[in-house]
Order: sequence, then structure tokens, then C-alpha cells
Amino acid sequence: MSEASQSAGASADAPLIEPSVLERTLRAALRRGGDMAEVFAEDRQTSGASLDDRKIEELSSGRERGAGIRVVVGETTGFAHTADLSEQGLLAAAEAAAAVAREGGGGVRTVALPARRSALRHAEVLPASVPKARKLELLTRADDVARSSGGAISQVQVGYGDSRRRILVASTDGVLAEDDQVRTRLNVVCVATGDTGMQTGYESVARTVGFELFDTLDVDELARTAARRALSKLSARPAPSGEVPIVLAGGSGGILFHEACGHGLEADHIVKEASVYTGRLGEQVASPLVTLVDDGTIGAEWGNFAVDDEGRPAARNVLIDHGVLTDYMWDWLRARKVGRASSGNGRRQSYQHLPMVRMTNTFLLAGPDDPEEIVAQTPTGVYVAKLGGGQVNTTTGDFVFGTTEAYLIEGGHITEPLRDANLIGNGPEVLRRIDAVAGDFSMTPGTCGKDGQSVPVGCGQATMRITGVTIGGTAA
Amino acid sequence: MTELLDLAHAVVGRALPGEGVEVYVARGKDTEVRAYDGEIEQLATASSAGVGIRVVVPAGGEGNRVGFAWAGSLEPSVVDEVLRDARDNAAFATPDPDVVLAEPDGVPVAALDLWHPGFAETSTDRKVELALELERMVRHADPRVRQVDSADYGDASVEMAIASTTGIAATSRRTSAFLSVSAIASDGKGTQTGNGFSVGRAAAELDAERAADDAVARAVRLLGARKPRSGRITAVFDPRVVSTILSIVAGALSGDTVVKGRSIFAGRLGEEVAAQAVTLVDDPTDARAFGAARFDGEGLACRRNLLIDAGVLKGFVYDTVSARRAGAVSTGSAVRGGFAGTPGAGCRAVVLSPGTLDQGAILSDVGTGIYVQSVTGVHSGVNPVSGDFSVGAEGLMVRTGELAEPVREATVASTLQRMLLSIRHVGADIEWLPGTAAGQTLAVADMQLSGA
Repeated sequence: MSEASQSAGASADAPLIEPSVLERTLRAALRRGGDMAEVFAEDRQTSGASLDDRKIEELSSGRERGAGIRVVVGETTGFAHTADLSEQGLLAAAEAAAAVAREGGGGVRTVALPARRSALRHAEVLPASVPKARKLELLTRADDVARSSGGAISQVQVGYGDSRRRILVASTDGVLAEDDQVRTRLNVVCVATGDTGMQTGYESVARTVGFELFDTLDVDELARTAARRALSKLSARPAPSGEVPIVLAGGSGGILFHEACGHGLEADHIVKEASVYTGRLGEQVASPLVTLVDDGTIGAEWGNFAVDDEGRPAARNVLIDHGVLTDYMWDWLRARKVGRASSGNGRRQSYQHLPMVRMTNTFLLAGPDDPEEIVAQTPTGVYVAKLGGGQVNTTTGDFVFGTTEAYLIEGGHITEPLRDANLIGNGPEVLRRIDAVAGDFSMTPGTCGKDGQSVPVGCGQATMRITGVTIGGTAA
Repeated sequence: MTELLDLAHAVVGRALPGEGVEVYVARGKDTEVRAYDGEIEQLATASSAGVGIRVVVPAGGEGNRVGFAWAGSLEPSVVDEVLRDARDNAAFATPDPDVVLAEPDGVPVAALDLWHPGFAETSTDRKVELALELERMVRHADPRVRQVDSADYGDASVEMAIASTTGIAATSRRTSAFLSVSAIASDGKGTQTGNGFSVGRAAAELDAERAADDAVARAVRLLGARKPRSGRITAVFDPRVVSTILSIVAGALSGDTVVKGRSIFAGRLGEEVAAQAVTLVDDPTDARAFGAARFDGEGLACRRNLLIDAGVLKGFVYDTVSARRAGAVSTGSAVRGGFAGTPGAGCRAVVLSPGTLDQGAILSDVGTGIYVQSVTGVHSGVNPVSGDFSVGAEGLMVRTGELAEPVREATVASTLQRMLLSIRHVGADIEWLPGTAAGQTLAVADMQLSGA
């Protein structure tokens, strides 16, 4: 262990801000008036390593520490942040955030914080306590295995990253909560070169745990999967164009729900009537096979936490129940607008950002069908083994999602590999066209970007079929 | 800025014998105002600062090792810790003879002033007013506008300094401001959205009316859009879409991706990679470009680099390390994502030499095709290594040389390689858009349109 990580470890368990300082800061934030003031403090330490072109290129370590202060006055939010966690720094930020309260008349307010709600972290082995050389072994191992998967593998990139994020939230709305979030990830990108040019294959594992991730993770398998994806696409033909039946393999297919309805069910879009799902609670918006859940509490998934970035406990929320829209996802601000409680979906990228409604782990519950039967009963279509990402316009419901491993289905069999392509559909229409869901459920980690902020999320589903989606290949 | 450079020099002065140290420090302030429904929804103000340090140590005769660390603070005790971390990290990298810090190369620095003198004079009240005014303009522009999702004003000022044991000493500062608005239009049967924006170096340079008009026109003209029929087609891309496409092409022209065998352009210098109408340069010394800069991410002067000349591949952009690996010299093209990022090779201000036709003339020459107003899923459907290109598209069909009925829920696809060779027209209409590439109308033949 290096000196630096030892010293960081020693300071890591002290409270980020003393309660008395928090109280004085909140009082200052409301001095000019306002309905609610909040201090969000964060201490994030990250470390990463990258291997590329057979070399450990670089190890990096980073540290960010600061607080964001929010003052809400009617419909207006004032926000300021500071990297200075001293009382002086916090008071200056409180003053800046309070500038939105122009009317004054707030006067002196007593701020009493409740008892602190602390969360236990899941990590057993803090990554900062692991020798750097041990982390690097993972990279060289993955590189070796990927390269030995086939002579056509021409380049391999391996990335390792870990982070420890301690947060503290205190608000005049009766919140005092802490969380300690440890995340660890490993990813492999392979390039294969053949007669038709180059192709890429990607695979990653990312969990909200410490370095014990590697006690059970098969790094060799991860590397082989990435290599196999690149190699198989060397003989791939162009994806078709036009509307085709699609079978999505379990796991990354969950991106479909993240885009087709996840974003559209975020209450910030709903309250502005900027979602195709506005005003549709209680309606049948999807096939009866669809039960969609957003759950920040499950296992060690990538989108997990104990409390959200507004200090509310993570929760399990059923959004669509057998095709019927049952609820949206809420943060404090949007929940207040309609007089309900937050659903634990208030998240932010860092102390430099305002929270907004975000997904956690969003997934489709497993169904009754058999995955192999679903393929066998699809005469022609496209089998998508891995999705890479997507994007949605929540207002119109139109969304895209891209394949990184896909095959033709011919005569009920998976046949030739296809080159990468995007698929495009309209959320409510696609959700109605789901006609089979299997039981082979799995989850995939991802990074979700919204309004310039990125947060870790999980997606999941079991093998399922959509009767028709437009695929954007180059074959006529 | 002198203060930042002094700080950087002070850290560099603590390098151990034989050790290379590069210190990047930056400090910034920004404001963001969001208007909604005639009120201020959010007002955020912030200042931040940070440091990123690279330490390069010799590894016997095998080359050098590099380590990196950063922190979002300039507190002396934190900076000390960052230096220690970077040094500790360096011990673990693979020795590499090409890993060295940049050295001054004598290329003169462009006379660019990216700091708008009036920047600090815009009061918070004025910023608030600008956002409210923008929202009001869009709401009242057309009866079909039923909602304004957000209307934002934002600005930022950044100062940075780089110093190193190899003699680099660079400072620069810049200001920027933007307006951005998203309109939702409805005709009772359907809903469509459109965005508009304006960027400048200060509030005084912003054109709210243009941003508002753009957002409204883009939303309204898509009303009634339907899924088009699939087929081979010529696509006329809007300047904003072209900016996105060019930034992907620029990524494949990064010397780093080329030397690592991840570029569609690797090994093709001197070959015809694009239609003859295509001449592409990266010129951060052009003050009109959003990505204009005096210094690159390693403190070398930015310069104009010719990439494609009349369709022939002429060069790549390099930072110090990728240049050595390629047996070339740095083109002053190191880019880094602020103090938390390490330098890599990349373009900042890519632009195509303008053609002679404006958009109207291009449409009339194309006759039949699709005008692509916006694309989605660029990160999920464009693979810069294989060149596969497949994006969600919305826009208007082109019939008898004019914009016709609107279309949505479609994709356009090809490969980057084929698209470059199939460029029919490069517009005369350069727009200096935010990002690493300017935009202009582009007509590309032989695309696959996928819809119903």
C-alpha cells in the first residue's frame, strides 16, 4: 500500500462536515427566505489503470471533495458549490445559493437536524487497500487471454477502475443521511482484423462492491467474450433494413426498456408534459407480459446505493404492472409539486450538480417462456445478443438502440453474424409488440447520461421477442 | 494567470533528479440559468479549480514510465498529495521509450484573444433576463408551440497554466456563453421537438432570436411526420449533423488511434479516401472556431493541420507520445478533458473547405432524397473502428429539389469509408458550431434509408 492511500484511509471515516457547521450553513442559506435548503457534501476518490497496445499505459488517481448547496424558493432553485468544506467556504456557497431568494423576509430560522442515518457499505475489500500491482495483474491477464483467443485479434484495450464516494446530505426538510458507495469495474475492448477490415468486441463487469469482485469474477471469460464478439463479426454481413421481428437475449436488452419507457417515466419530464407517458397512469401502455421495476436496492448492481443524492433511502418501485402504468419515478422537487414523497430517484453526478430524477437499476421481470423456444418459433428475424447503448426523445417516444453482437434468424435458427446497426422504434408501440418473455433473467451495467450528467445504472431482462422493429442496416 | 503558472512552476521545482514532471492547473467560474413557464427554475453559480500532474521516470535502458494523479482543489496539502500519488503511480507503468513529456518546439503561438473583455460586465440579473426572454420568444412564436421544455443561459470563464521540467510554460484563458432552448410543438394529432442555440464568447455575442426561431422552425416543420419507405437514397445532412459526423471522422484521424491500429485511415496516407470535393483541415488558430486555442494540452502552440486535400489523405494529428510512436513530430494536437484527464491526440477545430452552393442550390441539384435535420444514437450506432454507420434520423423528404413531407422513426446507414467517397456537395454555408467541428450542408449519395 502506498503512503497516499494510507493517509486517505485514515481520514475516510471522519464526518465530512460537523453537525453544528451544517446547521449554521443551512441557517445562512435560508436567511433571505426560502422553502428548503440542503447541503450535499461529497468526497470521491478514484483510481484507474489502462492497458493498451500490450502496455500498462498509465495508472491514475483522483480526488474530489466539496459541497453543493441548494435553496428552493417557490418554483425557483438556487445552487452553488464549493471545494472548500471549511465553515467559511460553506457559508460563502450558502450565500451564493440564497441569492435567488430576493424578497427577503426569511429572517432567522432555527434549523434542527434529525439523528444521522448512516448506511453500511457493501464493500468488503476497499480498493484503496489493494496493492496496485494486484490490479495490474488483472489487466495483463485479460490482455493475454484476449490475444490468445484468435490470431485475428490485432489490438486489446483493458480498463480497470474503482471509486469510493462518501456523501452526506442535510436539509431543512428533515434529512441527515450518509452513504459510502464503493464501485469496481473491469472492461475489455478487442479489435479483430480480417479481409473485410476491422471489427470490435466489448465486454465489461461493473458492480457496487469492493475488490472482492475479483474473488468470483472469471476475468478469462470476460476477455474471451470480448474477443469472440470481435472475431465473429469479421465474417458478418450488413444488417438488414426495414421492419423485422427481434429476439433480444437476456441482460443488455434491458437498454430497450431504459430508453423505450424508463426516461419517459422520470417525473421531471412528466410534470412538464414532455413525455409521451404523461397523464397515462392506470392505462395499458405495454403488453401484459411487461412488468417493469426500478430498484436501487438489489444485490450489488451498478445502479445501487443505500441513500440517493437527496438523502432518501433507495427503493423498489414498480412502474408498469402487467402492462398497466402504475407509477413514475420521483425526486424531492417533482414529488413536492404533486404532494407526494420522493421515490428515492434523486441523483446527481457530483457535488457540482443539482439532483434530478434518474433511474437506478431498471428491469423487466422474467416471464414464462423458454429462450430457445422463442428463437425456434421465429421463422425469420434478428437475434440481438448484445446491445451497446441507446437514446430517446421522451416527448415523442422515438428511441434508438444499437447492436454490438447480432445474428440473423432463419427458419427458427440463429445463423449468420451481422455488422453493428441501430434499431429505431416508438416506446409505447414497441412495448405493445412484446409477445414472449423467457425466464433467463440477467443484468448489465451501464452509464446513463442526461442533461450533461452521468450516473451508473443497471438494466436487465430475460430473452424476449418484439414482433416488429425497424433495423437500420445497409442491406436492402 | 501568472499566479497559476507560478503555482505550476513551484510544483515542477520539486521534481526529483532525473524525474520529469508536468503540472496542469486550471480555474474556472460558471453560471447557468434555466427558465421555465415565465419563472427562473434554476440559477447555479460555481467556481472550481484543480490540478493534474504527470510524473515520468526513467526505467533503466528500457524507456520511461508515466503516472498520473489529479484533484479538484489547489490547496497546497492536496497538491502535495497529488504529486506523491502521480510519482507512486509511475512506478507501475510499462517502460516505453516513446513516453516523454513535450518539449518546446519553437512554433509561434497564434495571436488569439479568447477572453471577451465584456464578459464580467454581464450582471446576474441580465443573465436571468436573457433566459426568460428566450423562453418567452419561443412560447409566443407560433400557436403550435405548446411547451418549452427548457430555456437556458450559461457562461463560463476558464484560466489554465501548464509547466514542466522540459521547459514548457504556457498560459491561456477563455470565456464562453450560450443560449439553448427546446421547443415542443403539437398539432393536436402529434407532438414534435426542436432545439435552437447560440454560442459566443460573451452574452453580448448571443443571438436569442435566432436560437428561438431555429427551435420553433425545427419542431413545427416535423409535425405530421411519418415513417418513410426504405430504400437507397441521397442524404442531405443539416450543418449540425455534419458537425457530428466530422467529429467522428476527426477521431479516426487521431495519431493515437492510427498507431494503435484502430483507425479506418491507418496505412492509407497518400490514398484517395474521400471525394475530390473534400478538403479537411484542423485549424484551432482560426478565432471563429469554437475550439480555437493558443496552446494544446501539453503546452505546445496550436497550429493548422491539413488532413485531407482534395480527397487525398495527407496527415494525422499527434500529441508528443503518439508522434514518437509513429516516427513523426507533435502537431500541437494534445487534447485533455480538464485537470482530471491526461493528454491524448485529437482535433479541436475541424472544418471542410466550403463549396460554392448554398443549401437551397444543393437541394435542387439533388432533386430526390432525404434532408436529415437531426440524428440520434451516434454513440450506439457508429463504430469508428469498423466504420459502420447507422443512426436514427428525422427530417424532410426532398422532392423535385425542394423540402417536402416530414419523416421520423427512420435510420440512415452506410459506412464512414463509403460516405466520404460518396460526398456529392460540400455547402458554402459554414456554421461555427460548438464542439470540435464546424458544420455545413453536405450531400452524400448511396445511403440506405430504413423505415417501413
